[in-house]
Amino acid sequence: MQMNTTAVRSSESILGTNKLIKNTYILLSMTLLFSGVTAFISVMMGASQMMGLASTIAGIVLLWFVLPKTANSASGIPVIFGITGLLGFGLGPILSFYLSVNPSIVMTALGGTGAIFLGLSGYALTTRKDFSFMAGFLTVGFLVVIGAAILNIFMGIPALFLAINAAVVMIMSGFILYQTSAMIHGGETNYIMATASLFLSILNLFQALLHLLGAFSDD
Amino acid sequence: MDWLKIVSVLFLLAMAVIIFPGARRAVKEAPKGSMQDWMGYIVPMAAVILFIILLISMV
Repeated sequence: MQMNTTAVRSSESILGTNKLIKNTYILLSMTLLFSGVTAFISVMMGASQMMGLASTIAGIVLLWFVLPKTANSASGIPVIFGITGLLGFGLGPILSFYLSVNPSIVMTALGGTGAIFLGLSGYALTTRKDFSFMAGFLTVGFLVVIGAAILNIFMGIPALFLAINAAVVMIMSGFILYQTSAMIHGGETNYIMATASLFLSILNLFQALLHLLGAFSDD
Repeated sequence: MDWLKIVSVLFLLAMAVIIFPGARRAVKEAPKGSMQDWMGYIVPMAAVILFIILLISMV
């Protein structure tokens, strides 16, 4: 009797995890498409750097203060689209710059980000490794990157800029493994929050890759 | 120093302040990884580095 109950609970848990992963990837693909549209609008409008920064800050404020309160209800869906739309729009000035220098950098960064995300998610999903031990390392690493970024706003050292972007690639790749594993092992049970986390990792990975490819390109 | 830099610095500082408590909690509460666990991170990261080197050589 107890064995049957355990088996039913186990199969329910597997079904729940599969549903969470499916919903997360569906919402993630929709939000990525939507942010692509808003980024395109931003490029077409010729949004200034200040407009891009204001849009990014508005998106992050929604993410910090509104999403946690709405993620457990249907109102979380428009909020996540609002966040990803604003963050996509914030990418406009950077995209315009690299498109004017060499459009292939943007395409390569886009393809590279997609390949890294699919590869790392596939790795975490198939091996089913638990990456919860990386939580401290990743968050402290991210804090160090923020500190270095603040320092480099004042100092403007190109080598530090490259080091920061290389570190962002490593940390965001780690976050993709960590977040995917959290969905499998029950660390994350809300698909809207899971989508927001993965979206941010992908966005930061794309930006860092864009800067690295831009720095090393011949143009 | 222009407004863009000032706003960027303030934004990054706010981000650090908001992330800090979560980071401290994560360091205290996250399970410690074994050597094998860390290899599970290092191997895919090595693949990511090689892939990025390939991308850089393409642009």
